[in-house]
Amino acid sequence: MSTVKLTVNGKAVSADVEDRTLLVHLLRENLNLTGTHIGCDTSQCGACTVHIDGRAVKSCTVLAAQAAGSNVTTIEGIARGDELHPMQAAFRDNHGLQCGFCTPGMIMASIDIVHRYGGKLDEATVRHELEGNICRCTGYHNIVKSVLDAAGRMKVAQAAE
Amino acid sequence: MGVEGIGASVVRKEDKRFITGKGRYVDDIKLVGCTHAHFIRSPHAHAKVKGIDSTEAMKMPGVIAVLTGQQLVDDKIGNLICGWAITSKDGSPMKMGAWPAMAPETVRFVGQAVAVVIAETKNQAKDAAEAVVVNYEELPAVADVRAAIKSGAPQLHPEAPGNIIYDWHLGDEAAVNAAFSKAANVVSLDLTNNRLAPNAMEPRAAIADYDAAEEHFTLYTTSQNPHVARLVLSAFYNVAPEHKLRVIAPDVGGGFGSKIYIYPEEMVALWASKKVGRPVKWTGDRTEAFLTDAHGRDHVSHAEMAFDKDNKILGLRVKTHANFGAYMSLFSSAVPTYLYATLLSGQYLIPAIYAEVIAVYTNTTPVDAYRGAGRPEASYLLERMMETAARQLKVDPAELRKKNFITSFPYQTPVIMAYDAGDFHASIDAAMKAIDYAGFAARKAKAKSEGKLRGIGVSCYIEACGIAPSKAVGSLGAGVGLWESAEIRVNPVGTIEVLTGTHSHGQSHETTFCQIIAERLGVPISQVSIVHGDTDKVQFGMGTYGSRSIAVGGTAIVKAMEKVEAKAKKIAAHALEASENDIVIENGEFKVTGTDKSIALPMVALAAYTAHNLPDGMEPGLKETAFYDPTNFTFPAGAYICEVEVDAATGKTSFVNFVAADDFGRLINPMVVEGQVHGGLAQGIGQALLEHAVYDGNGQPVTASFMDYTMPRADDLPSFKVSHTTTLCPGNPLGVKGCGEAGAIGASAAVINAITDAIGNNKLEMPATPDRVWHAIHG
Repeated sequence: MSTVKLTVNGKAVSADVEDRTLLVHLLRENLNLTGTHIGCDTSQCGACTVHIDGRAVKSCTVLAAQAAGSNVTTIEGIARGDELHPMQAAFRDNHGLQCGFCTPGMIMASIDIVHRYGGKLDEATVRHELEGNICRCTGYHNIVKSVLDAAGRMKVAQAAE
Repeated sequence: MGVEGIGASVVRKEDKRFITGKGRYVDDIKLVGCTHAHFIRSPHAHAKVKGIDSTEAMKMPGVIAVLTGQQLVDDKIGNLICGWAITSKDGSPMKMGAWPAMAPETVRFVGQAVAVVIAETKNQAKDAAEAVVVNYEELPAVADVRAAIKSGAPQLHPEAPGNIIYDWHLGDEAAVNAAFSKAANVVSLDLTNNRLAPNAMEPRAAIADYDAAEEHFTLYTTSQNPHVARLVLSAFYNVAPEHKLRVIAPDVGGGFGSKIYIYPEEMVALWASKKVGRPVKWTGDRTEAFLTDAHGRDHVSHAEMAFDKDNKILGLRVKTHANFGAYMSLFSSAVPTYLYATLLSGQYLIPAIYAEVIAVYTNTTPVDAYRGAGRPEASYLLERMMETAARQLKVDPAELRKKNFITSFPYQTPVIMAYDAGDFHASIDAAMKAIDYAGFAARKAKAKSEGKLRGIGVSCYIEACGIAPSKAVGSLGAGVGLWESAEIRVNPVGTIEVLTGTHSHGQSHETTFCQIIAERLGVPISQVSIVHGDTDKVQFGMGTYGSRSIAVGGTAIVKAMEKVEAKAKKIAAHALEASENDIVIENGEFKVTGTDKSIALPMVALAAYTAHNLPDGMEPGLKETAFYDPTNFTFPAGAYICEVEVDAATGKTSFVNFVAADDFGRLINPMVVEGQVHGGLAQGIGQALLEHAVYDGNGQPVTASFMDYTMPRADDLPSFKVSHTTTLCPGNPLGVKGCGEAGAIGASAAVINAITDAIGNNKLEMPATPDRVWHAIHG
């Protein structure tokens, strides 16, 4: 067992976990942050995507102990109170989700995509960049639309700050 | 149409919890004192279980129990069932082998459970499972449907000699023979419809909680139909009596058919919870999903179509071998029969049809309904046949279809179905316009001049949704009725709860069903809640599959609303001292027509519950129930056209354009409908290009993870151009037909027709991987 200390959604947390514990299990089982989902065993589906120090990472590829000292953000940590993150709002407004299971991972991966490309995103780039996130419901059509819409909203939000 | 009524693209009420990480799926639920289950599964496709030694495992940390199939037998737990009886052409009943939830004697597919470890934590259960020694005696196995029916093939079940479950037929063989004898041209085709793994993104899961004091069970499970689960678990599996079993299907992360069935794991979790006296949780991993979720498709077919000298279809003859896997899953028997052969008329006037279907056991994961269920197989066969015929007859594929379209309704096909309404010319014309079909020849020539292979493919599908009426499906062998129920509770403050027996696992019912209420009462959808997925709350229901929810469940809501409105009008008339016939409902108010007198819905509701001043003899309260049994199926139909470019050097297919023109009748929420079409198209295109559940010759699954089974990614798919044409369904008051499966039914043939057009070789099977396409081009 190890004691892992890290920051999750802005709060300092500590958990005693088996050494083999993955970050996704720490989030779900120890911290009850069940918005981060597990959809596969081989790091293909991306349902468990979170941000570690601002970068999108599949939390099933990281041991909890490896995340010690880092700053983790999950789907539960991106809205400001009742104000949705522009990516969350764009997914809702563009019907970018159906069953909702892949959605938290999609949103976390998509925020990172927009951060990395800034205003230079186009449909082909979004489709290519979403390669690590699988959705079985939407055919991706409205997810791509959501990400492009959010890229515009995030630019506006950034300019306003 | 109000701003939130029928026809409005309202954003979804359910989204807030999903986009903020507050969805509540089964694995998110934690019960105090919960134990964890891990199943021990056969690594062999066919073997005798000679012994299970759990001595060492029981000594390991946290282990509470190791339970085996023999203990299920000892406790008189029932075998899994198949809910649709099919009779072979010789009059004999289907031949079903026994399927125990954990195998006490024989395993017949890789992944079949033989025992379960219950431990304090999931990891402890997994660790202990490694220490359980199962002694197997391997038997020869067979995975391929053609190999399984050869003499000398390994035999799976003593009940089914030759591995044949049934040899069934439909249609008039003599009429078809007569049609072929006068044919000017005959077109024939051999086809494989590839086996698919459904892969809802949320793996199946179950939490069972037995309360010894009340002798009561609660099961949280990933189900599309919790009431059906409760019925089967109690009446057939004998795990718990129905009144002592509550089944809850909370947020469910996709189904696509795979979460209809009541699998061994859910049953064992319930049984084990009573055995260990604590809650038991099981969450499948992705490999377990590949091994144990019912697969889809897996047909091998030969088809022949006869044409007269004017290229009018005279007859169709089809022979299909359907791979059922190792056991008969819950609705498996109905899929290649009443959901397949009955759709072989497609959109065409075919005077004579004869179909034979041979259902076959193999040492593979059981096969059952997967998005479309039989109808994609029928549509793929017919639409490849039409394209093949057009090429052989040297006519335009769209024109050949148009020449043979059914144009007057109702139309009785030779294979049971009576189409109620449709306009097939309208949908193909819309699709041809959207893709500029007329300009294709020039585009193809230009591509050719640039060294590229360009092709176009058409697919005109029809499907049958909202399978019904109950009396008719009962006469065809169904073990259940296929009605739906609804209950409308108008609360004393005028808010409304709609309890439905359908279930939403991505279909958006929490929004679209509210729109039906908003349309009728003129209240905002924020005043309406949808309640589903809990057998303690909802009276009964058959669940969600077969694109039935709006046509059957939505109509049940309308029927219950009619009763609510009738009673509310009486109360309003009494309060306003008017005749109930003069009361109209507008914007949440009950008005006396032609006057300025009105009473708001909350006041009517309050009056119903205070009961201080109700009409004489009226019962208090404002709550009504309806059970609705449709009079016919609904028949969504449409045309999909796909344009592709194939790289001759690599065999890779790229989409140039994909257009869809669907007729779903009236649309409740066009945004949601389009989303359903997108998802269906992705699954149809996935089948055509990427997906294939593969077994080797010994029955070992080769594709049991996302590393091996190609799921469609964003980069694999085009942007879709979706449009609608409309003929209202005359069979229900909403005029709706259902839209959940259309894309998966129609898309595959459009893609393959486009590729074969591009490469000039019709011999191509799904999935059309670059390797297969390259070989089709270069030999």
